[in-house]
Amino acid sequence: MSVLKVVVVGNGMVGHHFVTTLAKKDLDVEIIVLGEEPRIAYDRVHLSEVFAGREASDLALASLDTYAELGITTRLGDPVVSLDRETKVVVTQSGARFNYDMLVLATGSYPFVPQVPGADHPRCLEYRTIEDLEAIKSAALGSKRGVVVGGGLLGLECANALQNLGLDTHVVEFAPGLMSVQLDAPGSQQLRTRIEGLGITVHTSKNTTNIKSVGSKSLRMEFADDSSLNTDLIVFSAGIRPRDELAKASDLVTGERGGIVINEHCITSDPSIYAIGECALHEGRVYGLVAPGYRMAETAADRIAGGSACFTGADMSTKLKLLGVDVGSIGDAHAQTVGAQVCALSDEQAGTYKKIVISSDGKKLLGAVLIGDCDNYDTLLQYQQNDIALPDTPVSLITPASGTPLLAANALPKTATICSCHNVTKGCIIDAIEAGCGSLADVKANTAASTGCGGCATMLKSLVDDELAARGVVIDKSICEHFPHTRQELFHIAKINSLQSFEDMITHAGTGKGCDICKPAIASIMASLWNDHILKPSLVSQQDTNDTFMANMQKDGTYSVVPRIPGGEITPEKLIVLGEVGKKYDLYTKITGAQRVDLFGAQLHQLPDIWRELTDAGFETGHAYGKALRTVKSCVGSTWCRYGVQDSVGMAILIESRYKGLRAPHKIKSAVSGCTRECAEAQSKDFGVIATENGWNLYVGGNGGMRPRHADLFATDLDDATLIRYIDRYLMFYVRTADRLQRTSTWLDSLEGGLDYLKEVVIDDSLGIAAELEEQMSHLVNTYQCEWKTALGDPEMLKRFRRFVNSDGNDKGVQFVRERGQKRPARDDERDDVIAVAS
Amino acid sequence: MTGVETKPNWYRLCYVDDLVPQSGVCALLERAGEEDQQIAVFYLPEEREQLFALGNYDPVGKAFVLSRGIVGDLQGHLVVASPLYKQHFDLRTGRCLEDQSISVPVYQVRLADDRVEICA
Ligand code: SRM
Ligand SMILES: Cc1cc2nc3c(=O)[nH]c(=O)nc-3n(C[C@H](O)[C@H](O)[C@H](O)COP(=O)(O)OP(=O)(O)OC[C@H]3O[C@@H](n4cnc5c(N)ncnc54)[C@H](O)[C@@H]3O)c2cc1C
Ligand code: SF4
Ligand code: FES
Repeated sequence: MSVLKVVVVGNGMVGHHFVTTLAKKDLDVEIIVLGEEPRIAYDRVHLSEVFAGREASDLALASLDTYAELGITTRLGDPVVSLDRETKVVVTQSGARFNYDMLVLATGSYPFVPQVPGADHPRCLEYRTIEDLEAIKSAALGSKRGVVVGGGLLGLECANALQNLGLDTHVVEFAPGLMSVQLDAPGSQQLRTRIEGLGITVHTSKNTTNIKSVGSKSLRMEFADDSSLNTDLIVFSAGIRPRDELAKASDLVTGERGGIVINEHCITSDPSIYAIGECALHEGRVYGLVAPGYRMAETAADRIAGGSACFTGADMSTKLKLLGVDVGSIGDAHAQTVGAQVCALSDEQAGTYKKIVISSDGKKLLGAVLIGDCDNYDTLLQYQQNDIALPDTPVSLITPASGTPLLAANALPKTATICSCHNVTKGCIIDAIEAGCGSLADVKANTAASTGCGGCATMLKSLVDDELAARGVVIDKSICEHFPHTRQELFHIAKINSLQSFEDMITHAGTGKGCDICKPAIASIMASLWNDHILKPSLVSQQDTNDTFMANMQKDGTYSVVPRIPGGEITPEKLIVLGEVGKKYDLYTKITGAQRVDLFGAQLHQLPDIWRELTDAGFETGHAYGKALRTVKSCVGSTWCRYGVQDSVGMAILIESRYKGLRAPHKIKSAVSGCTRECAEAQSKDFGVIATENGWNLYVGGNGGMRPRHADLFATDLDDATLIRYIDRYLMFYVRTADRLQRTSTWLDSLEGGLDYLKEVVIDDSLGIAAELEEQMSHLVNTYQCEWKTALGDPEMLKRFRRFVNSDGNDKGVQFVRERGQKRPARDDERDDVIAVAS
Repeated sequence: MTGVETKPNWYRLCYVDDLVPQSGVCALLERAGEEDQQIAVFYLPEEREQLFALGNYDPVGKAFVLSRGIVGDLQGHLVVASPLYKQHFDLRTGRCLEDQSISVPVYQVRLADDRVEICA
């Protein structure tokens, strides 16, 4: 018999899952994939992470090489334009013809754009592909406001993305509430409050009737209620429509509202044609999630291989991936099952809403809605999916601190689905561990669990940890493949054995040559212990690039220069020096978010010259490049302010001068406010100080950044000396015991015993190490040197500050353009009309 | 002047003194009639080859920076980690460990007395 020829139209997530599943079956098939997009299948679910800094190329689900190894023929960037069912041939746009024995349509869907006049304006965009994302990014440049039309799951994710791009973001929704498919009215209202709390403006019950252009770059949306909204760009995310155009043109049966009709074998009205993923219509339903698509792909692959798999519908439980807003919807969220009972808890003060839907006999969980707190999502999902008997008072599942333990992984039956994206059960995971998987990473690679939406990550980790522990496996906490130790252990090994360099460390406690994880971690430990100059020959090759050149590398390979401005206080003379240096070297100049000045766009060879001028004028390095003390912000305090009760500027300068140069597991920031109005934002810092009538209140463990955390009040009404003593101990204890790249906020949260324990160690000296901690700190304070000043006096250290070791030629990779009177790196599309090549 | 041709296709780049042990530097290959090329030269004295040369351009970060990355080994490969987004490039093959479809040019490189020469 000749080889079975399977042609797949569409190389999206589901098409990809299908071809890899089929290729791995031991079958005599020829697989041909025809894709419209110019790149190989990628992880659309995580598209938004590109806005948060992830590279689009990281999203790829495969490479042409892996496809070739699986024997798959791939043709990308060339969509199929016609299908002849009689002769069993498909033809692509470029005219290539492929005949098939079996055809699989995996063409996905497209974003629905309502028929509104003006919706075809070039500043009206969609959000589905990497190209869409690039278009949104470039439209956002120079824009102030962005509107997302659609308040569903995708629309809100898109709104989050626009906000990440720095736009004043608005969501316009036709329905009266957000996420109306998944949430009930109170849930939707609570979500709205949360979303608005993020600074996103929400407009509901708005029917857009017209979009007008205003000038060249702006739009005006008009609504049926005569209101209007001006914006610079619009992204439509108002639902999806299946791409069934090939099916329609060849008279396959499609649904009234679109979608290629399939049966439970995923076969269309033509027995040689399958349809899977978002283009398929199963029992009147199009599934807009990836997990059901994967189930269809597995069903189709199994059928083609002669199996008897069936697709019987799928679970639509979801979690929203928005940063800062926890939203979960499970099963029958609207309580539509006959006789269903509802328990709901709404806590407006905490901003949470939780609801469970229970079967009429009170025994089973049918659905749930969670807003503001998704901690119980995994547990509830397991109850619902595995029909686990509910406790006597089911409401205890959602009441805060009720003492009901979360459903532990070990309480689940083996048939429980842990990862619904990849349909991995607890049994599969145990099998993988039995077969030799010895770590979370192994289990993920082997079963694909937790490589989809990530919603199951916590549950998976605890299951794997439990199972490994039950087998006597010690959970691997090594920092990397070169050292079987945690950072804390390495710190102690170095200290006890007086190890002075990376070579000493690896000979003593590691293997191999090291890498970009362990080298900088150890360099930081060396600095915290011995405080030698970071460019010392035995230390220099382990430093992070930024430390190596004592400056922060920018996206184009140039550097920024940040001199220290303790407490943010600066004389006019010194400000003039900064201006003059900026002007002389043509540096982009900006006030930073931490009360100092950053000078950008310096090239490697210019750094010593720039720093010579700065140090001559009395500036010191600001360690903006180091995992070290950054700044101590201040407010103007009692010296000028009518409310100030202490000299906050003086204290900020004292603190910054004391801890400058202190290297730590991560950067450390501080601030001092002169009164309780807190203008210096001390409660968002690793340690913050707020003046009181009687002295100072000390706060610890605050963080801005990605996961903001308010600092905890640690001690009150301290005098200057006690304040400094507590900070010494606190910081040194952190330096000793935190993980690599762990800020004080997460360190404090992970400390067993938490804040109380920390107080015992620092204030009551419960471990008897307070004197040692203070001594270590005073060693560091006494051995401080301005790294730049020292380096400038040492020709050997400066040797590396050369663009090229053998030439004074220009770096043609560095190109600038001018904007608002200053230079900035040229974007890719500007590279041809540059004003100057850096010299 | 750099890029003096010693034997066919072998060019002098710099002196061994210009190199930094366990680390990289960038040298410019200037040849008449050709576009200048930035070469990242890594010096690992205890390895058999001692010298490694890659193109200095980081195709992921899109900037000329590879010479400024940290050198080490991962899963048996000698690698440099890009200082921008930390992808690892194999010093012997130029392959990116994180994405098989990406690689950077690799050059043969040797020591002739106190000079570093590459074949380009
Ligand atoms: C320049 C500056 C932005 C500005 O133009 O204002 C800045 C710039 C950078 N920040 Fe920042 N941050 C700057 C203030 C802040 C602040 C505000 C503050 O310090 O008061 C925060 C929030 C406060 C906090 O850290 O808790 C901040 C939170 C971050 C974070 C997130 C940290 C976190 O715990 O989530 C990162 C990423 C990281 O460190 O891993 C980051 C990382 C960076 C890096 C280093 C990103 C990078 O790797 O290239 C940027 C390069 C700096 C450079 O080249 O000089 N930056 N960054 C600010 C420099 C302040 C200074 O004078 O030193
Ligand atoms: C921003 C975003 C976030 C999302 N978040 C989630 C989430 O959190 N959880 C979740 O479960 N789902 C999520 N989804 C949905 C998920 O991405 C889809 O369910 C999934 O991608 C569907 O896979 P598919 O293969 O059916 O369609 P697609 O991935 O769209 O692939 C279809 C492919 O077929 C191609 N094609 C179409 N017509 C032709 C033709 N004639 N010839 C050749 N090729 C053709 C298309 O160009 C496309 O590449 C999200 C989607 C987006 C856009
Ligand atoms: S300066 Fe800070 S917030 Fe701004 S882009 Fe850089 S890291 Fe992000
Ligand atoms: S449930 Fe989505 S990755 Fe596991």
